[in-house]
Amino acid sequence: MARSHALLAAFLAALAPAAHAAAPLPQHLRDTGLYSRGGGGEIAADVLPFIPQYALWSDGAEKRRWIRLPPGGRIDARDPDRWVFPVGTRLWKEFSLGRRLETRMLERTHSGWRFATYVWTEDGADAILAPPEGARAGVEIPGGGRWTIPGTADCRACHEGQPNPVLGFNALQLSSDRDPGAPHHASKAAAQVHLEDLLARGLLRGLPPALAATPPRIATSRPDERAALGYLHANCGICHNRHGPLTGLGLDLLQSLSEGPASVERTRASALAVRALRPVGDAEVRVDPGKPEHSVLLRRMGARDPLDQMPPLGSEKPDREGLALVERWIHSLADRRTP
Amino acid sequence: MTPKTTLLAALSMSSLALAAPGTTPTAQVKRGEYLVSFGGCHDCHTPKKIGAKGPELDTERLLSGHPEQMTVTPAPALQAPWLAATVGTMTAWSGPWGISYAANLTPDRETGLGAWTEQNFVDTMRTGRHMGRGRPILPPMPWEMVGKLTDQDLKAVFAYLRTLPTVKNRVPQPTPPASASAAPGPTAAK
Repeated sequence: MARSHALLAAFLAALAPAAHAAAPLPQHLRDTGLYSRGGGGEIAADVLPFIPQYALWSDGAEKRRWIRLPPGGRIDARDPDRWVFPVGTRLWKEFSLGRRLETRMLERTHSGWRFATYVWTEDGADAILAPPEGARAGVEIPGGGRWTIPGTADCRACHEGQPNPVLGFNALQLSSDRDPGAPHHASKAAAQVHLEDLLARGLLRGLPPALAATPPRIATSRPDERAALGYLHANCGICHNRHGPLTGLGLDLLQSLSEGPASVERTRASALAVRALRPVGDAEVRVDPGKPEHSVLLRRMGARDPLDQMPPLGSEKPDREGLALVERWIHSLADRRTP
Repeated sequence: MTPKTTLLAALSMSSLALAAPGTTPTAQVKRGEYLVSFGGCHDCHTPKKIGAKGPELDTERLLSGHPEQMTVTPAPALQAPWLAATVGTMTAWSGPWGISYAANLTPDRETGLGAWTEQNFVDTMRTGRHMGRGRPILPPMPWEMVGKLTDQDLKAVFAYLRTLPTVKNRVPQPTPPASASAAPGPTAAK
């Protein structure tokens, strides 16, 4: 009897990996669940649109984003900085410049997150799974220029730069207390889901009561600093933080809701008047309070020479609006200069 | 010991290191040293000096990269089929990518790999990007080939690099090719 039990257990164990192995990625976007089955291109009823208040700069591309939780699935929101998504969660982000270029997809499987992108045909009739290596300058942009399709390694470079691979769907990004100073600001459109909606729909569990009562925001009283730190959080903090692989650099631009003001102070301490590991021209410190022209952070944000540019991937044009915002913030820090 | 027996000994050692899950740090470091030697890392990352038999490794500056004191004059203009040129130390290379300088691989925190983690190193060799997410690694660094090593071997290489004597040597930043755009400052970016 015991032996038959052992054999059965071994048999089931052998089957288990197969049962949990993710199915191959669909070859067409239309088969990922983003659209309803009718074929008219309508977004499926169980897919929710959202807009993070601090957007990642993507060379001015228009972006639309959606999430779909598995039936009955809820997000564990106990840690406001690290939401845990149920297996089966999918998120999509569509990029357009004159026409739809690509739609990226992030999926939580039993073995972790996986990344894919679908490239739209020129006539917009279909979007087809891109190869894992992506395609540098692989898509023509109407009106001139080429668009780079990221490879899986590129996806991982940004999405695995801190513990939570979902970068734009969290308590801070979905707060209804939206930052009016955020570059490329998108107002709280009625059709987009935000924190209170998620609570009302019962899709969150364990959200700290304080966040449910008061929509969260970055803990600084200075509007320009709030917007600048939000911008840096979304565009730089995904890699430059104290949790991920670049911890050793000691630059922390990721804001933490659970830590509040201490998080803002840590960002200042890691950047202001701190010598950069690598100077850029005559700029030698990360952020030189009051002196944007001597701040490596701003110089590298404005660079598109691949040796200096930041972020190092996903953009070929500097973000003028973002640069102006961060420049204003650095100017405003003049009173923080050390004597 | 003949070269053949040395190689056999090294291979046996590597087999042992690979076979034992509880590999001791010493075995891992030796494996890393073996891979670094065989992999040709010294060719570019260790400055050379002229000895009795010609250029030899400068063991005082093992794997410390292009010497910061060395003045590099503009590279010669090459005509096809010539593609690349190097300096006498083989630590600076010029080609269509501009001028690249071999990195300081010693554990100095400010000028070498002291701030790097094992994962940063593995990610770099896998992706061809600094720390796995930063600027692209330039030729002639054969990261594609090094990146074919197993995680275990890459970690062994890093473990060995960690044992090197620290050399403070700030390697120059790469020089982009003439056609590369300069980094605009904040005013220019407005």
